[in-house]
Amino acid sequence: MLTYVIRRLLFSIAVLIAASILVFWGMSMVTSPIGFLREQPNISEQTIQNIEHRKHLDRPIYIRYGYWVNDMVTNKFGTETVSDIAIYPDLKRALVHTLQLVLVAELLAILVAVVIGVYSALRQYSVFDYTATTFSFVGLAIPVFWLALMLQVLFVNIYLWFDVRIFYVASLSSVDPGHGLNYALDRAQHLALPVMVLMVASIASYSRYMRASMLEVVNSDYVRTARAKGLDEKRVTMKHAFRNALIPMVTIVALNFGGLLGGVVVTESVFALDGMGLYFITKLNAGDPYPVMAFLMVTAVFVIIFNLIADLAYGWLDPRVRYD
Amino acid sequence: MTEQLPTAAGVPSGAAPDLTLSYESGVELKARSQWAYARMRFFRHKLAVASLIFLIVAGVVAAFPAVFAPYSFEEFDFDHIVQGPTLDGWHLFGTDQLGRDYLSRVIFGLQTSLWVALLVGVIATFLGTVVGAIAGYYGGAVDNLLMRFVDLLLVVPFLVILLVLSAYLGQGKPLRVGMILAFLLWLGLARIVRGVFLSLREKEFVEAAKAAGAGDLRIMFRHMLPSTLGPIVVTLTLLIAAAILIEAALSFLGFGVQPPTPALGKLIADGQAEGFASWWLVTFPGIVIVLVVLSINFVGDGLRDALDPTQRQRS
Repeated sequence: MLTYVIRRLLFSIAVLIAASILVFWGMSMVTSPIGFLREQPNISEQTIQNIEHRKHLDRPIYIRYGYWVNDMVTNKFGTETVSDIAIYPDLKRALVHTLQLVLVAELLAILVAVVIGVYSALRQYSVFDYTATTFSFVGLAIPVFWLALMLQVLFVNIYLWFDVRIFYVASLSSVDPGHGLNYALDRAQHLALPVMVLMVASIASYSRYMRASMLEVVNSDYVRTARAKGLDEKRVTMKHAFRNALIPMVTIVALNFGGLLGGVVVTESVFALDGMGLYFITKLNAGDPYPVMAFLMVTAVFVIIFNLIADLAYGWLDPRVRYD
Repeated sequence: MTEQLPTAAGVPSGAAPDLTLSYESGVELKARSQWAYARMRFFRHKLAVASLIFLIVAGVVAAFPAVFAPYSFEEFDFDHIVQGPTLDGWHLFGTDQLGRDYLSRVIFGLQTSLWVALLVGVIATFLGTVVGAIAGYYGGAVDNLLMRFVDLLLVVPFLVILLVLSAYLGQGKPLRVGMILAFLLWLGLARIVRGVFLSLREKEFVEAAKAAGAGDLRIMFRHMLPSTLGPIVVTLTLLIAAAILIEAALSFLGFGVQPPTPALGKLIADGQAEGFASWWLVTFPGIVIVLVVLSINFVGDGLRDALDPTQRQRS
């Protein structure tokens, strides 16, 4: 077990290093963070050369990569190339915001999806089942950014026509959010729409998995045994079937959660939320490798951790699984 | 719906009530191939057939936008500016601030979307099938390399790699965007093909082909590939649907197809820029994307039922 974890982590670190080299090399080859400075007429060549020299941009790529590794380890990802702003505080703030959004959305989505999935499985081929299936098909066919925009369109027009503000359609807080309960309410009003957007896609896929795994369990032999020895239906479904049907969900949720922390790019940019995704997009546009690499490392570490959690949780919940 | 299994006479049970009688009365029965059964199962899936018809119509309209679109992509109609959906001047999807007809723009945008999707489908199918087949059949180094490459992509979020790649290599051209998408999407298909090949390798018919002296290539592509076609086709539909959604998101964020080439994602971004009071600019291009992706998924669902009947009981 311990050897398994260590081997997995060592392998992940190797992959992480490979990915970092690939992205650093790729970004440095095709773009430059100071490219836009050269287009400004009132910035002298001397200033640009100073920045180049200070940030080692005049050195070959592998030396720059070495400097980046050094900055990452000793100086918390270092600073942005042109502005000299420290990367770590910005990234930390963005991560906290993204965690707020993703945690709330995923918890609600799991709750709803489990109920829908279990009920669909217990009433297979019923009207409810078909409706849920249709909704998940539609949910998976809707582009995330479009759904976000449509919610904005809806609530902006409600505001325009009826002068009622139910939810805010952009940013994380009002200019003057207040304190305590007011602050929390303000945040909830701002996060409501992004949470809804994230929930739709998650519910659509989770409920399908939940339904499939519940169906498999309900039709298995040990559930028949439980019925045969005279347990009532409620005990059979809740204690014997439901708990085992949840096991595959743990894996899927953990895998998805790790990816979501880096992958809420679209939702965050539509709603202008100061999170990881927006940070990434902004820095990618600027062509600065340092912040992009920092983002990449943080999200990749999250993905690795959650993949590991998914594997370990599976083995813990299902004793038949063995690590070799 | 009851599953119709091929009977000994080669006719699905229940298709004709008095089969045995007609057999005895000497009526010739048509022998049907497995493909004929697959086709029959597919055509029984009403939603899939309707979706297929919709896709064909959409494909034909998008292939010749100049013929079907009432206006051209950049045509101004200054008599109808910022107009909601109206029959006046046939602006069914409304117009923007410059009086450009959104129905026409959507048709032109759909052409780009479908072209990218087609490109991704062809490249990803070819790469995924060939590499997956080789990895599954030979195992060893090729297999290892493929799986490590997949691991690499699994660690870094997919969208991130995609954005980095298309931001710097895409250059806003549909061809390049499609190739980048294909380059990332073929991996999933390769894994599936590899899995099927791994299990097929041990089957008796492969052994028989080997004993008869068939070469590796002949065994792989003549004997094993036909058994893999089902999963390939089903994965392909998922892949094309994903390609359309991702291309739209990329173009919306400004990292995908760039103007002057029309793209549905870009149209939605333009609509957003004009403010939410003109809701039709955002709504209609999106509805077209949803309908196309939904139809592709339904066709995929129908194909799964048709090509792999055993799946039906499980899902």
